[in-house]
Amino acid sequence: MPEREQKKKPAPKERANDEAEVAAPVNQGEALKEELDDLLDEIDSVLEVNAEEFVRSYVQKGGE
Amino acid sequence: MAVPKVCGIETEYGVSLRGAHDANPVLASSLLINGYVEHRRVGWDFEDESPGRDARGFGRDGGQAPEVETHLVNTVLTNGARYYVDHAHPEYSTPECLDALELVAADKAGERILARSMQAARRIMEPGQEVVVYKNNSDGKGNSYGCHENYLVDRTVPFASLVRNLLPWFVSRQLFTGAGKVGAENGAEAVDYQISSRADFFEEEVGLETTLKRPLVNTRDEPHADPQKYRRLHVIAGDANLCETSTFLKVGTTAIVLAMIEDDFIGKDLSIVGPVHAVRTVSHDLTCRATVDLTEGGSCTAVELQWEFLRLAQKYADEVGLEECGGEVAETVLVRWEQVLGALERDPMGLDGTLDWVTKLALLEAYRERDRLDWDDPKLALLDLQYHDVRPERSLYERLVRAGKIERLVAEDAVLAAVTEAPGRTRAYFRGGCLARWPEAVVAANWDSIILDVGTDPLRRIPMMEPLKGSRAHVERLFHRCPTPAELVDALAQ
Repeated sequence: MPEREQKKKPAPKERANDEAEVAAPVNQGEALKEELDDLLDEIDSVLEVNAEEFVRSYVQKGGE
Repeated sequence: MAVPKVCGIETEYGVSLRGAHDANPVLASSLLINGYVEHRRVGWDFEDESPGRDARGFGRDGGQAPEVETHLVNTVLTNGARYYVDHAHPEYSTPECLDALELVAADKAGERILARSMQAARRIMEPGQEVVVYKNNSDGKGNSYGCHENYLVDRTVPFASLVRNLLPWFVSRQLFTGAGKVGAENGAEAVDYQISSRADFFEEEVGLETTLKRPLVNTRDEPHADPQKYRRLHVIAGDANLCETSTFLKVGTTAIVLAMIEDDFIGKDLSIVGPVHAVRTVSHDLTCRATVDLTEGGSCTAVELQWEFLRLAQKYADEVGLEECGGEVAETVLVRWEQVLGALERDPMGLDGTLDWVTKLALLEAYRERDRLDWDDPKLALLDLQYHDVRPERSLYERLVRAGKIERLVAEDAVLAAVTEAPGRTRAYFRGGCLARWPEAVVAANWDSIILDVGTDPLRRIPMMEPLKGSRAHVERLFHRCPTPAELVDALAQ
């Protein structure tokens, strides 16, 4: 049976990263948000048109 | 005793024929493969195929025999892979690899081959028609197709031991093997999004089927190698992954677990009560905190089960070593495995760009927030589908790669090399090498033999029953010494 106390603590390096993230300046968060918005805009431009019809027409035969 | 973990992945791709009146998926799949191989086509040899043989040692009792569709397109590539039409899907089986990183490259190479096939098919189709391929596992309407793994296993290991240990393994490894899916299918309880795209389709614990009543542990006993020494464990309980780390961990950790089972190292019963139901419980819980009941009493989360397997694997590495399951690559598997479990425990969303199910979920959540979408909005289902589109210009996964948001483990150069070159440490090297040198002389090939036409009767069949024989170390010099297949056959006979 799994025993909780056997669990190792996360590696110190990773925890240091977590702290760095928490301490990141606010403007970095804004930059990330902007970057994400740009990415979503880019994805919008390659998405198939008429999502409902497209998804409905994707029908496969079972395999394996 | 653990045998070297020769491994491979077979992927059935979803396929759509656009712009045609008759959207026949078999035809669409054939167009892809014929377009790709053109005149280089070499047939598959079905001599030793026996997908109906059961690993538990008994014959079929009224089940439906898996079909072997010999009339369908079926070919071998210079990288040692098999590329064919299976049921109504194009299927790519990687060549035999010897560690998880090599297999990530071979699996990615499959995506590139399918992308090239789509381009090639366009050239031979009517204007306005197109075949489009998806590396996913279901159509969202209850139809599933598989991504199977294969591992070489010692024949002397009791199959019951594999079953007992693999059931909790398959239930819990979904945490990193899951490709993610919007909604539920096949009668499963409704859910907005779930970790595994395959969890809804498992209905039995153990069995021979792959197309209906799918079992978590598949008993197909078709070793494609010396049957006295080896099994080929055919794993059907996995998702088709795009994230390289998902594939790397899926294969790398499973190879280590199998080696531990072969060496009887696990030593404790990790069995879960009702594993088929537990698969769905784990898949449907995005917090990764749902618990499953253990046969020995008590309950635990899938992450805790994974920690248990990891601690055993670390002990195994110290006491026995990881030589048979990938050597140095397996050491990096252990490190990455531990990091990923830690992250899953802290906050699964921290694995955006590392694991498929988290990456896709993060993308969907970003859209939900920006466009204020409910989970039943068709746009989310479209995003889910198009994440897996294999066309580089349409694939949302590839968009994320280009945006630098995805962790890659293999350089693109290595992936492109794996499109044409076989791995060097297994018999795939010999198979691929024969095909690259003498495409006209290779009459047919399969996993464990190759048939050559040396210009004089009869055709020569070269058996390859040892998956590690026929490697670069064994046959590279032989290839250099023998300019013709006739000389090769003579040299092998001596």
